[in-house]
Amino acid sequence: MNLETSTIAGLKAAYQKKTLTPLEATQDLIQRIQEVDPKLNAYLRFNEEDALQQAKAAEISKPLGGIPIAIKDNIVARGEKATCASKILQNFVSPYDATVISKLKEAGAILVGRMNMDEFAMGSSCEYSALAESTTRNPWNQDCIPGGSSGGSAAAVGGWEAVAALGSDTGGSIRQPAALCGCVGMKPTYGRVSRFGLVAFASSLDQIGPLTHTVEDTALLLNAISGHDPQENTSHAVTVPDFKESLNPSVKGLKIGIPQEYFIEGIDSEVAAGIQASIDWYQSNGAEIIDVSLPHTNAAVAVYYIVATAEASANLARFDGVRYGKRTENPKDILDLYRSSREEGFGQEVKRRIILGTYVLSSGYYDAYYNQAQKVRQLIREDFVQAFQKCDVILTPTSPSPAFKTGEKMTDPLQMYLADIFTIAANLSGIPGISIPCGFTQSGLPVGLQLLSSHFEETKILHAAYAYEQAHEWYKQQPAF
Amino acid sequence: MKKAAIDVSYVADLARIELTEKEKELFQKQLGDVLDYVEQLQKIDTSSVADSALAPDFKANTLRADTITDSLSVDDALLNAPQQNNDLIIAPKIVE
Amino acid sequence: MKYEAVIGLEVHVQLKTKSKMFCGCRNEYGGDPNAHTCPICLGMPGALPTPNEEAIKLTVQTGLMLHCDIAPLCKFDRKNYFYPDMPKNYQTSQSDLPLCLGGHVTLEKYAFPKDVQKEAFADAKRKIRINHIHLEEDVAKSTHFADHSGIDFNRAGSPLMELVTEADFRTPYEAFAFLTTLRQILVYGDISDADMEKGQMRCDVNISVRPEGQEAFGTKCEIKNMNSISGVRRALEFEIDRQVDVVTNGGTIQQQTRRWDNDSGETFLMRTKEQAHDYRYFTCPDLLPIRTDQGIHEEALARLPELPAAKKQRFIQDCGLTEYQAEVIASDRQLADYFEEASDKAKKKTTVANLIINDLLATEPNLSDIAIPAIYFSDIANLLEESKINSNGAKTIFAEIMDNPRPPFDIAREKDLIQDLDTSVIETWCDEVIAANQKAVESYKAGNAKAINALKGQVMKQSRGKANPKLVDDILLKKLS
Repeated sequence: MNLETSTIAGLKAAYQKKTLTPLEATQDLIQRIQEVDPKLNAYLRFNEEDALQQAKAAEISKPLGGIPIAIKDNIVARGEKATCASKILQNFVSPYDATVISKLKEAGAILVGRMNMDEFAMGSSCEYSALAESTTRNPWNQDCIPGGSSGGSAAAVGGWEAVAALGSDTGGSIRQPAALCGCVGMKPTYGRVSRFGLVAFASSLDQIGPLTHTVEDTALLLNAISGHDPQENTSHAVTVPDFKESLNPSVKGLKIGIPQEYFIEGIDSEVAAGIQASIDWYQSNGAEIIDVSLPHTNAAVAVYYIVATAEASANLARFDGVRYGKRTENPKDILDLYRSSREEGFGQEVKRRIILGTYVLSSGYYDAYYNQAQKVRQLIREDFVQAFQKCDVILTPTSPSPAFKTGEKMTDPLQMYLADIFTIAANLSGIPGISIPCGFTQSGLPVGLQLLSSHFEETKILHAAYAYEQAHEWYKQQPAF
Repeated sequence: MKKAAIDVSYVADLARIELTEKEKELFQKQLGDVLDYVEQLQKIDTSSVADSALAPDFKANTLRADTITDSLSVDDALLNAPQQNNDLIIAPKIVE
Repeated sequence: MKYEAVIGLEVHVQLKTKSKMFCGCRNEYGGDPNAHTCPICLGMPGALPTPNEEAIKLTVQTGLMLHCDIAPLCKFDRKNYFYPDMPKNYQTSQSDLPLCLGGHVTLEKYAFPKDVQKEAFADAKRKIRINHIHLEEDVAKSTHFADHSGIDFNRAGSPLMELVTEADFRTPYEAFAFLTTLRQILVYGDISDADMEKGQMRCDVNISVRPEGQEAFGTKCEIKNMNSISGVRRALEFEIDRQVDVVTNGGTIQQQTRRWDNDSGETFLMRTKEQAHDYRYFTCPDLLPIRTDQGIHEEALARLPELPAAKKQRFIQDCGLTEYQAEVIASDRQLADYFEEASDKAKKKTTVANLIINDLLATEPNLSDIAIPAIYFSDIANLLEESKINSNGAKTIFAEIMDNPRPPFDIAREKDLIQDLDTSVIETWCDEVIAANQKAVESYKAGNAKAINALKGQVMKQSRGKANPKLVDDILLKKLS
C-alpha cells in the first residue's frame, strides 16, 4: 500500500498534482479490497460498478472530490440497503438519504461499500453481526476481534482496505474499535453531526463520526459532515470551525488532565505503559500535566446499560414486520406477527438489551433504574464540567485491553459491557472524544489513547492528537497479511 | 432488588418478542447479573440533582415552521412493505 | 334506590395545521392512501422528528380559551405500546409536563339539547373542570377486510390535541353541553373544525354509577366509537341504564372498554381490562424541551378571539339584542362576524338581528353561500326604523336582494315602496275618512277598539299603501280621543 495515496489528504494532493485520478484510486482500492477483505470480512457489501461510476463522475475541486468513503451499515442512503447487520432489515432499502450522506455527496465523496457492525450497533467486538458471512477480523491479528460496534469500519481502515469510514458511537463504538485496529476514531460532540438517517440505537448517546488513518483526515472528514441540521432537533446551531486549522504540532502550554479514576486495577499492563509513555511525551514537550478527578467514573457502565437499553427498547419497537423489514411466514394474528417476526429477526444480544431496556422502564422499576440512572448521568456530566475548568483535554486509555480473542467474551455479556468502561462517559456527557494509536503491544496489537474535551471543543483534542501523531507516526506501520 | 426481580417472560411479552424457554432461562441469569451490577447506582446520592428530564443548557426553541415539504411517492413509501394491496399496507386483521 | 352517573371525557381534537406534527407532510386525509407519508411519519429507520410550532401555538391558544395554566416549559414523552396503526410502536405524546393544566368550561343553557333546555339543571351554569390538555401525534387509519386489515398512514403523525376533563359530569346532557361549547370555542379559535362525524373531534367517555349520596365512585367503563355529540349523549343514556340495571339486579360492573353502535343504539363489550397498560413513558430523547414563555404564550394571547360567551354578552349589552338573538348569532363565529358587519350602520341593531335570524337564515342556512353585501341589512333596518318602508316592503326588498343584490334604497324606489311621510297629507286623509265614516267613529267611541282598523284601512287605501301604518294609527288615535 502506498501511504501517500491511501489517505484523504494524500489523495487530494495527488489529484491536484494530477499524478492520480479518482478512477485510478478507486481501481487501486478495489484491488486492495479483493486481496484483503477475504481475510478481514470488514465489508458487508461492496458495489464495484457503482464505485467506478461514481469515480468517473467525481469532481476533484470539491472538498472530498473523488475520495472514497466507506459507510457503516446503520446509516441510510437513498436506494441502498441499510441492514444494521440484522436479519430484520436484511432487505430494507432506504427511500431517503441520511444528512451525513447528503453532505458527503455534496462534498464530492465516492460512497463505497457498507461496513459490518454489531447488530444495531450493540456490541464491542463486531461478533454480534447477524449478516456477515464470516466474523470480521482484527487486521493486526486475525484471531482477534476488531472491536465494535463499528468493527467493519475500523478493520477496513486499520487494514488499509478503506481510505476512511463513517462509524457511529453510542458508548465507544468508534473509539474502541479504532484503538483495537490502530486507526484514528472520533466521536464528535453530541449535536455536532446530524443523526438524521442514523438508525437509532440510543438517541441521547448516538453520534456519527469518522474513522481514518490520520488526525488530519479526521479533521477533513469532520469538516464535511458537521453542522446544524434543521431536520434534527438535537443538532446544535453552533458555528463549525475549520477543523484543519486546529492541527498544530506544538503542545506548549496545553493543559492535559489525567483522571486518577481511569488508571485502575485491571488495565492491561502494556496498555498502561503505552499511555504513561504518551503522558511523558506530552510533558516533555511543554504540556502541563494536571491531576483531575472524575468521581462518578465507576458508575458510567451501569448508567449506560440502563439509559441505552431503555432508549433502544423504544427505538427498536418499530421493527415489527408491518411496514418494512422481516415478517414471519403465515402469522396467526397480529400479535403473532410481532412476536415471531421479532424473535426471528433479532439476534440474541439485541433481544437481551430490548428486554433489559423494557424492564428498566416498566411500571414499578422506572424510578429505581431509569430515573436514578439519569440523575447519576447528570453527576457524571457535572464531573467533566468541573474537570475542564482545570484543563484543556483529558487523557485516558481508550480501552482497558488490546483486542481480545474471537469468542472470548461472547458468553458473558457483563464482561463485554465492561470493555467500554473508558469510552462510555463521553457519550453520557455529550462531550467529544478521539482515539489515536499510541504504540503496539509486544504481540503486535495496537494500543489506543483517548483524548476528551469539553462540548464543541473538538479543535482542542484534534490539536493534542495531531501533535502526538506527528511526533510518533504510528500510522506509518501497516499490518502484514 | 435481587435477581428474581426481573420476570423475563412478562417483559418479553411487553416487548413483543417470543422467547424460547432456553432463551428465557439464559436471559434470566444474564440479566440478573447485569441488574446486580447496576445495583451500585442505588448507593449514589443524587439528592442534589434536579429532575434530569429537562436539558440544563436550554437555549432557545428549535421548532419547525408549519410548511409543507415533499412526501415520498406512494411507490417509495410502500417499497419495503412485506405485503400491500391497493396502496394499503396489509397486516393480519386488527381486532380492537 | 336512585343512582347517579359519574362521567369524565377524553376528547381528541385534530389541529388545523398545514403540515403534520413532526414532519412536513400535508395534514390532510382522504385521497390516495399513503400519498402523504415520509420516512418520519412512516417510522422508517433513522428518521427523526421536528415539532411543528403552529401545533404548539394552537394548543396553547386552546388552553388560554379554556382558562388553563400554560406550562412555561414542557416536553414530549414516548408512550410505548404496539399497534399496527402506530408506525414507531410508541406514540410521541406528553406525560408529566403537558402544555396546559387545569381550566374549565361553563355550561350555558343554550348548549344543552333543545329538549332539556327548560329544565332547571340546564340553567345551573355548572363549571366542568379540565384536568389537562396535551399534544401528541395521531395514528394511521385501518380499513378492516374479511381476513386482513389495510393501513393508510396519511393520518399518521398529524397533530392531535387531547383534552382530559375531571369526572365532573352527572348527566349525559352535561356531556352534550360541554362538547357543544368546546366545539364552538375550537371553531371560534380556528383551532379545528371539530366535526365529530369527520373524526376531527373524537370523544371517549369514562362512566360509572353510584347510589345517590354515596361518595365513592363505582367501577367505570370506557366507551368508544361515538361519532356525533348526540351520539355521546345517547351512548351515555344507554350505558347508565345498562349499569343501573346490572347493579339493581345484584350484579357488579366489570371494568370494560365498550363500543357504541350507533345503528342499534347499544354499547357492546370490546375488551375487559385484565391489567393496566404499562406504557413505559419516558422523555423523548429526540426532542428538546419547549419553552412557551419565549414568544409562544404571547403570540397565542394575541390571537385570542372574543369567545362566544363574551360575544353574546356584548350583543345583549351593546347592541340591545334579546338573549335568544344573541345566543343564535354568537353561536357561530362566521354568523357573528356577518352580523357585526351587517349591523354596523344600523340605528337599531335588533332589527338587523331579526332580519338575519328570521329572513336570511330561513332562506339560506349556509352562510358561506350568501352573496349579499352585509351592509344592505343596515340599510333595510334604517329604512324601517325611519318608517320609510313598512315590514312588507322590507320583505319585498329582501327577496329582491337575494335574487339580484343591489342597494335596498334603489329597490324601494324602483318598487315604489317608499312610504309618504308628509304628516299634513295623512292628517287630511284622516280627517276625510273620519268625516265619511261616522258609524265606525261612533262604534270606536262606544268602546269597540277594533273599529279603528276600518278607518285605518280607508286611510291606507287613500294613500295607496304608501302611508306608514303606525303613523296613521297615531294620528287617528289623536284625532279620536
